[in-house]
Amino acid sequence: MGKTLAEKIFETHEIDRPSKDVWVLRLDRVFCHEITTPTAIDDLVQRGKDRVFDPARIKAVIDHVSPAKDGKTALQGKILRDWARRQGIQDFFDIGSNGVCHALFPEKGFVRPGFTVIMGDSHTCTHGAFGAFAAGVGTTDLEVGILKGVCAFRYPRTLKINVEGSLPSGVYGKDIILGIIGKIGVNGATDAVIEFHGPVIEKLSMESRMTLCNMAVEAGATSGICQPDLTTVEYLWPFIKEEYASKQEALKDFSRWKSDPDAGYDTVLNFDVSSLEPLVTFGYKPDQVKPVREMEGTPVDQVYIGSCTNGRYEDLEIAASILKGKKIDSKVRGILAPATPAVYQRALETGILRIFLDAGFCVTNPTCGACLGMSNGVLAPGEVCASTTNRNFNGRMGKGGMVHLMSPATAAATAVAGYITNSSLYKNR
Amino acid sequence: MKQFGGTVLFLNRSDINTDEIIPAKYLTEIAKEALKPYLLEDLRLEGFVSSRDIPGKGAIVTRSNFGCGSSREHAPWALEANGIHVVVAESFARIFRQNMFNCGMLAIELPPALIEELFQTFANTETVLKVNFGRDTLQFSNSTCTKSYPYQLNSFDKALVEAGGWIEYADAKY
Repeated sequence: MGKTLAEKIFETHEIDRPSKDVWVLRLDRVFCHEITTPTAIDDLVQRGKDRVFDPARIKAVIDHVSPAKDGKTALQGKILRDWARRQGIQDFFDIGSNGVCHALFPEKGFVRPGFTVIMGDSHTCTHGAFGAFAAGVGTTDLEVGILKGVCAFRYPRTLKINVEGSLPSGVYGKDIILGIIGKIGVNGATDAVIEFHGPVIEKLSMESRMTLCNMAVEAGATSGICQPDLTTVEYLWPFIKEEYASKQEALKDFSRWKSDPDAGYDTVLNFDVSSLEPLVTFGYKPDQVKPVREMEGTPVDQVYIGSCTNGRYEDLEIAASILKGKKIDSKVRGILAPATPAVYQRALETGILRIFLDAGFCVTNPTCGACLGMSNGVLAPGEVCASTTNRNFNGRMGKGGMVHLMSPATAAATAVAGYITNSSLYKNR
Repeated sequence: MKQFGGTVLFLNRSDINTDEIIPAKYLTEIAKEALKPYLLEDLRLEGFVSSRDIPGKGAIVTRSNFGCGSSREHAPWALEANGIHVVVAESFARIFRQNMFNCGMLAIELPPALIEELFQTFANTETVLKVNFGRDTLQFSNSTCTKSYPYQLNSFDKALVEAGGWIEYADAKY
């Protein structure tokens, strides 16, 4: 029987098998941010082990609260900054060059097919869009990763999802993943890897594939994974053109990191998108999903477009196509947080930021901020936010606030209307 | 090795996420002990009052997918700061579960029928859990009855608990 992509990555990275189902893997990337890393750094210092396994394989960013909002967040940034300098970590991103980790690091070409990636952040599964095994971990796993370059995982079972049919207009990657989570539930893929396959995935951009893989953890998955193809090569080409004579050669090399046709899957699920509608969450769990038309008319106080799920250029472009020439409702506070400086700059150059500003949006710097209720758009009790982020947990964007997850298109239309509504009503109008 | 057991806090809900266990606004704390007053502050559970229900507890019994969501190890740390070193549930989210063992704490899974039996028999009573780590058994007792249940742990998870956590284990081995 053939192997799944995750199985191939496990077998090529094995260091140890401390028990029957647990494998210790060699790590290609250890990503760090200022919320979950400082405690690990402090602990390493206290243990007299203030060193790193390989500064070139560690990448760090201050992204969750940037610029710092108070003394405590300033200290977290300082601990990470001082450590990166002390340890010679060249790829450290601070004010001016920093952005949301799972948007910034792919942009820098740090992730390749076949890589093992960990970070002290649950949405690390995003990087599986490149054909990598990428898993969010806690601070202790991160600390061992920093010190030893290894991490332990249970041998993964794989859930294969064939995304079939043709995507209706106004329906995007976010709607696909909300639909899948709605179908399999918030623990539908616990201890599993979700492999996204099928003609719909093959046509998606890397940005949309990242949106899908980003929310794999909302179904409990260890990593989302897409098979590397020409789209992957094209995205990474600026970073790999010295390594390969041609894109075809890169594609051939990347094809080592595909699941075999006869690989053994735990479950295979077919998900037809032909009749998929724009979706929105209604409760406090990401699997509580309804068609937008069933939530039509729900008033909102704030619309937030950004985050590692939907703060990339493609997302801004889609939202801008709806906002163009319109004003957002006077009772709505619109917040755009481009996920990275490159996204920000490109949107500035192409006039997209102007569309948001003219519509009445506030444009913030790249940061995770409001997505987890830390800064830049925290809700008051009783307020409702239409958001392109990934979690609608109780209190997520502020104590007593309500979050409805949706695509950038639905969020933009909702901002104009002042209540949850379908973007098709606003497109080209 | 940590001490496991104590008076049980019953949380009768599935999918309790790490934002409920410890909201993100407290993640700016670097000292683990500072998290103590905020444990389960945003828990959505009828009748639950964190300031009244948490003090004096040493264990949690809950339903499925406990600890889903964020990877924050602040969730086990907030439990630890309150003297809770063992959680018994139908199932756990992967990262939370790993974080518990990485900290040398116990995340024990029991079949749904046994969890239901625990709720039926012991919830709403003063119940004490004793964990016999060597014999892999849990003993629950209140004023009217005592019941024992065997549990299973992966040998790696057991080794982490015995070592005091993943750092100690990995540092000695890799």
